Amino acid sequence: MRRLVLRRVLRSIPLLIVVTATTFILESLVPGNAARTLAGISATHAQYEALRKQLGLNLPLWDQYARYVWNVLHGNLGIDPFNGNPTSTILSQRIWVTISLVCLTTIFCAILGTALGVASAIREGWSARFVDAASILGLALPGFLIAIVLVTLLAVRVRLFPSTGYVDFTSSPLEWLRSLVLPVVALGIGPTAIVAKQARDSMKDTLASDYVRTLRAGGLGQSRIIALHALRNASIPVLTVLGLVFVGALGASVFVEQVFVLPGLGSLAVSATAKHNVPVLEGVTLYFTLFVIIVNLILDISYALLNPRVRRP
Amino acid sequence: MTLSDSMQSRRHRWPRALLGFARNQPVGAVSLAFLVAAVVLSVAAPLIAPYNPLNQDLLAANAGPSAAHLLGTDELGRDLLARLLYGGRITFAGVFEAVGTVLVLGVPSGLAAGYLGGRVDRWINNWVDLLLSVPNIMIVLAVLAIFGSNQDAAMVATGAIGAAGVSRVVRSAVLSVREELYIANARLAGLSGPQIVRRHVLPRVAGPIIVQGSIWGGIALGVETGLAFLGLGVVPPAPSWGGMIAEASTSIYTDQWMLVPAGVAVALTSLAFVLLGDAIRDATFESWSGSTPAVKSPGRMSTLRGSTVGVQTALDTTLTQSQDPDAVLTVQDLNVQLVRPTGLVTVVENVSLTVGKKEIVGIVGESGSGKSVTALAIGGLLPRSGVVTGSVSLEGRELLHLDEKQLASVRGSRVAYVFQEPMTALDPTFTVGFLLSEVVRRHDRMASSARRARVLELLEQVRIADPPSVIRRYPHELSGGMAQRVCIALALAGRPRLLIADEPTTALDVTVQAEILELLRTLRDETGLSVILVTHDWGVVADICDRAIVLYAGQVVEQAAVRELFYSPKHPYSAGLQDCDPALAEFADKLRSIPGNVTPPELWLASCRFAARCEHYQPSCTINPVPLVAAGDHHQVRCCRWSELALHHERARA
Repeated sequence: MRRLVLRRVLRSIPLLIVVTATTFILESLVPGNAARTLAGISATHAQYEALRKQLGLNLPLWDQYARYVWNVLHGNLGIDPFNGNPTSTILSQRIWVTISLVCLTTIFCAILGTALGVASAIREGWSARFVDAASILGLALPGFLIAIVLVTLLAVRVRLFPSTGYVDFTSSPLEWLRSLVLPVVALGIGPTAIVAKQARDSMKDTLASDYVRTLRAGGLGQSRIIALHALRNASIPVLTVLGLVFVGALGASVFVEQVFVLPGLGSLAVSATAKHNVPVLEGVTLYFTLFVIIVNLILDISYALLNPRVRRP
Repeated sequence: MTLSDSMQSRRHRWPRALLGFARNQPVGAVSLAFLVAAVVLSVAAPLIAPYNPLNQDLLAANAGPSAAHLLGTDELGRDLLARLLYGGRITFAGVFEAVGTVLVLGVPSGLAAGYLGGRVDRWINNWVDLLLSVPNIMIVLAVLAIFGSNQDAAMVATGAIGAAGVSRVVRSAVLSVREELYIANARLAGLSGPQIVRRHVLPRVAGPIIVQGSIWGGIALGVETGLAFLGLGVVPPAPSWGGMIAEASTSIYTDQWMLVPAGVAVALTSLAFVLLGDAIRDATFESWSGSTPAVKSPGRMSTLRGSTVGVQTALDTTLTQSQDPDAVLTVQDLNVQLVRPTGLVTVVENVSLTVGKKEIVGIVGESGSGKSVTALAIGGLLPRSGVVTGSVSLEGRELLHLDEKQLASVRGSRVAYVFQEPMTALDPTFTVGFLLSEVVRRHDRMASSARRARVLELLEQVRIADPPSVIRRYPHELSGGMAQRVCIALALAGRPRLLIADEPTTALDVTVQAEILELLRTLRDETGLSVILVTHDWGVVADICDRAIVLYAGQVVEQAAVRELFYSPKHPYSAGLQDCDPALAEFADKLRSIPGNVTPPELWLASCRFAARCEHYQPSCTINPVPLVAAGDHHQVRCCRWSELALHHERARA
């Protein structure tokens, strides 16, 4: 197990290098630079050149990247040229919003999707047809559209939930949850249907498997077989889909945070894009990539816990 | 006629293919028509739009639908229909850019990876892995930061990242056709790689590619409208669907109608892409698997077959075995119908058998004879869609009337099973010890220490060496023979009176086979177990069974004590089968084979079903149903010529 984790961590290093290098190169092409922004329009050419030198922007690109990596490894993600604050501080103020949103969405999809999928695997009929229809709709409708419809229905017409804003968990856990209900549903409704479809398919496969027949032949009851044996085996492919749900929710958070005015990394990325704010964009990309790596690691560990066949190194 | 056929056909067959698609996939056809109409209307916007999309009319702001403004106006009084039509131009342009990029990059790389394999495959694979784990949206945002609010750049970037997934789909589609014979033939015929790919591979993988294109149409639409919604792609006041949704959302408290036109346009277009993709997938899937008609309602087929069954029942009941009071199991007139692609089909017909105490009874037959179905029907293990009639009486208790819960209480404790594939018969995610104690817990209430002792005892009972170490192992850590012993231990956990072993040795090595059979015999002697052994192997029957029932095409064709069956078979099939078995070569002059296979149940005759393969066939054999008749003491045969054929003499001569 420890070797599996170690191997996975080592394998993610090249990914991090390529992603950061790619975005670094891409973002070095962004018109305007931090020195120009920081210096302001009234600065003389000499002041601008001095700032450029101070920020290392006069160095060759590979050297800049090496310095960037060195700084990142020391927790320094650069300076936001628009307000002079360290990028890492800005990001750390917003990171929990996005983590809350994306993790709650994944949990929402996992619970609701699995329940729907298992129910429709056990009894054909309306639940199966519902999952089919819902998964098509879920695939089709963009999250931001679902978000606005939800706001219209549940925040504007019926004032059930706040339409915008975010309450910190530490200030009020209940309000925190309330402020995230609509965003989570908006982000999660489509993926839930996809999870349900996968859960149904793998549950059906499992229920038709030889080892379930053995357990039935041994006299075990249907509920015990489903709750323990079938669910455990069927959850392995469902986990893969949940990993994709997490990554998808991370991407879609960019849109949905905007709709609900949530002060997370996604809305930060949008404003940074509009302002050509390179250090912040690089920082968000780095964090998102780290999230994906961590989630994949958690998935790998879960596979190993659920399935003894992958446990051996 | 389906879409993938049309891929292979020449251009002039396109209209016909399209018509066929419309007939088989109406939803897909409607989606396609909708998309075509939406694109045409958007392209024609300058001609048909009632207003300039940028014309403001503040006096008519925030108005609902009216004769002047069919879809109403926005907060600046701009006509929503005009904005929708003009917005569609930009939206569809973006979608085409993204889908085009996806296909231009994804298809060739997938073809190359799948067809060339080796280093190219690994290289492409690494890139695909990388792209799949990058948060796509951040790359798109970076591109937007570079190029300003340039939608074209963003959509091309979206396509470039999405190409990774398409490349993988194409690769696996190519892999599945690459090894097929006609590709090898083309290679032998001297066609070059690109020629083979163009002429033979591409047409076969065209289905998945079109499906991917359609799916990506939907995704690209989501990205395009999403970016416009964020104000990052199309810059207001230029009309765009995403921008219209954004404008509607700012005035959501005052005017909710504004959301409808653009929202519905995005939702329907997106839905059309997804449904079209699904329909094409179904169409191409059908053409690959051969068009299989949907399952017909069960009623019709069963009434069709009902007549034959009726005749047979009338004939066979004359020979119903007298109820043996000592019998552990009595099966009478068991009929099983299962759902096949053609409908409900009878696969077991009027099978009757008894199993006495400590008796080992073989059920012998080829695959398709219905022997496993008979075995599963006894314990109620067939799929619920199947129909089982007749009587199964286990120690005097009728099983066919029990519900699933009552059956569960019978299984394991009265009748237990051992199956063919020991390696897949054990839940791979739990240890042997856990699985055994699961079943022990079901049958005995005891403390966990006592349960552990019982588990160890069971493993000892099936002669497994070192039980304490085996209970910690997972099924994949066992050999086939060990796994089968564990399965037998599992079956014994509830102290059953009857063990049904369905081909228990078929998947095992010959030496292990003998050990397992020996174990079954020992268990019978030690515990007084009765055994039904389902097998195709006459050697196994000769080795261990007391009595055997020969099944052919769902019917009992012969039933006798094993000795009798070997020295004096009455049915040509039994005699022929024994000649086929190398283990019994001592009986036969040379190894023979019965030509042909068991016909599928859909084609079974009411008269002799073996006739087509029988060397003693006469036209009279296929006139009437053949009854099962007594041919001696405890010997029954279903053959109209059994008394005139002297099969055992023939055998003795040889």
